[in-house]
Amino acid sequence: MNRFIGFIKKEFYHILRDRRSLFILFGMPIVQVMLFGFAITNEINNVDIAILDHSKDVNTKEIINKIATSKYFSIKGFISHEDEIESTFKKGKIKAVLNFEKDFGKNLVTQKKATVQILTDATDPNTANTISNYVGSILQNYQQELNKGLNMPYQIVPKTRMVFNPELKSVYMFVPGVMTIILMLVSAMMTSISITKEKELGTMEILLVSPLNPIQVIVGKVVPYILLSIINAAVIILLSIFVFKMPVQGSLFLLGAESTLFIVNALSLGILISTISSTQQTAMMISLMGLMLPVILLSGFIFPISSMPLPLQLISNIIPAKWFIMILKGIMLKGVGLAYVWKETLILIGMTIFFIALSVKKYKIRLE
Amino acid sequence: MSIILNNISKSYNKVKALDDISFEVKPGELFGLIGPDGAGKTTLFRILTTLLIQDGGKASVAGYDVQKQYKDIRNHVGYMPGRFSLYQDLTVEENLNFFATIFGTTIEENYDLIKDIYIQIEPFKARRAGKLSGGMKQKLALCCALIHKPKVLFLDEPTTGVDPVSRKEFWEMLKRLQQKDITILVSTPYMDEAELCDRIALITNGKILQINTPEAIIASFPKKIYKVRSSNTYQLIEDLRIYPDTHSAYPFGEYLHFTPKSEVFRSMDLTKYLAERHHKEIEVKETVATIEDTFMDLSKAHE
Repeated sequence: MNRFIGFIKKEFYHILRDRRSLFILFGMPIVQVMLFGFAITNEINNVDIAILDHSKDVNTKEIINKIATSKYFSIKGFISHEDEIESTFKKGKIKAVLNFEKDFGKNLVTQKKATVQILTDATDPNTANTISNYVGSILQNYQQELNKGLNMPYQIVPKTRMVFNPELKSVYMFVPGVMTIILMLVSAMMTSISITKEKELGTMEILLVSPLNPIQVIVGKVVPYILLSIINAAVIILLSIFVFKMPVQGSLFLLGAESTLFIVNALSLGILISTISSTQQTAMMISLMGLMLPVILLSGFIFPISSMPLPLQLISNIIPAKWFIMILKGIMLKGVGLAYVWKETLILIGMTIFFIALSVKKYKIRLE
Repeated sequence: MSIILNNISKSYNKVKALDDISFEVKPGELFGLIGPDGAGKTTLFRILTTLLIQDGGKASVAGYDVQKQYKDIRNHVGYMPGRFSLYQDLTVEENLNFFATIFGTTIEENYDLIKDIYIQIEPFKARRAGKLSGGMKQKLALCCALIHKPKVLFLDEPTTGVDPVSRKEFWEMLKRLQQKDITILVSTPYMDEAELCDRIALITNGKILQINTPEAIIASFPKKIYKVRSSNTYQLIEDLRIYPDTHSAYPFGEYLHFTPKSEVFRSMDLTKYLAERHHKEIEVKETVATIEDTFMDLSKAHE
């Protein structure tokens, strides 16, 4: 036992004395969460739009007022001719132009129908889509106000409610993803690097010619990173609760337990990587290419799995991050308990056992 | 016997690194493996320290089989690899403490064993190992390899890249350790260090040329040997190589070592030959053979 504690103590010296690894461990999680939470967002706020009003009547004025007072848009200009639309977009500031037809108000009264054209700058398709949706709902809202008191014979009013994330805050979506990436990166990459470092510097040779057995070496390498990763997970959860006001609906204990499970899973992957690579460089490349890319692209973090082609959907099943994100979203946003995520949990446990068994089998007790 | 090797061979792909090596090292002996780079010394160390498995033959260390009882060997030997293999970001004291702990002992317990060496680096005990000089690194590595009082100590080229003064000190330390009943197997490419061992094995291209005490190996040198010097060393080698009575000629420090083919060689004849070839300040003197001369002679015969 003393041997084991001595080994762990040595690991902590390594981690705490290497500024680079310290930054990856503690700086990056905070930077990433902040980046994703504040900067990288697909919500729209104060989007600049321009108005082309051919009618200039009461109705268009009311609509323009409604749009101007919403927090989503700010009206940055009025143009008077279709020819100016393109040049307005080309300046790059204006993201949308509302084009009211001639005699908008008159048509509305006489023909019960009036047209407004919504032009959006689709160089950024997501924003363009969101803008046209928001404008559409403002228009619908106005229409309902007009119809109030009137007896309309048939009318279907869709009432959408966004469950679990009513305000469509993207931070709700990013926090589980970022947490997954960071835990994967810190746990898998850092352990694989720290084990291959011993190989590269030749210290593994001395460790092998010592009474330490493979399990003591592996566990000794892993324990410090489990502790550090748990601290990381806690920092991310606290940041999302207190900085981004993200509610955690489910049990914090379950959240902690599942995170620990995922950390152990990522660590076992890290050990596996270190058994097949002999230099720190290879270990880092395998971790980045083999783990980070699938986590970002195939885990459902950014791109929904259901809209991927079938082969990719199948591949996504073997990515632990996919299951962890499902668990995280379930616990944090939906507030479900273990009864709803037991299947995902079991899959993660199974993967972890598989990786650990494979790494112990592949761990070399000699040099070749 | 502390170390026994029986017909050990090892190949990497098709290259034979060790070819049918057999020898024994007695308890308490300081045994040297002498040979150039690539001779197979490190491979031999790795087989004996259970890091590699031999292709053929049997070997045992401290009575344990290197293949089957590798765990026992790992408890009872000290190993200092050729490359400096301590934790560079740990201080001198932390390194020593770490190795003591993983071998289940403490610095205090075996302090008398390392005392002579450790007091030399103790003033720097708070310094990180990576910031030590070459000689101090070797002393620290030796302390770490000794801290668990091993029965057998393996030192793979411990003095390579170390300054001459530190090299001398290092060998004096080994001599003292020997008195504490530790069997030492040490390898070196420096022939002058060979004379400090109890017995040596000359090894080249994976084969052992000769095993004996340094004195016996020198005494076994079959020919007379001369040291030759002139004002133009480069031309001297050229001329000696085409001299009809030359058996061998190679640089040795500021001289050339020369062995004649014939029994009736007279140094006068050579001086005359060299003078005819416009050499000045010619010096031809009989000298005593060294390990290096024997090694050169044996490896020449071997080819």
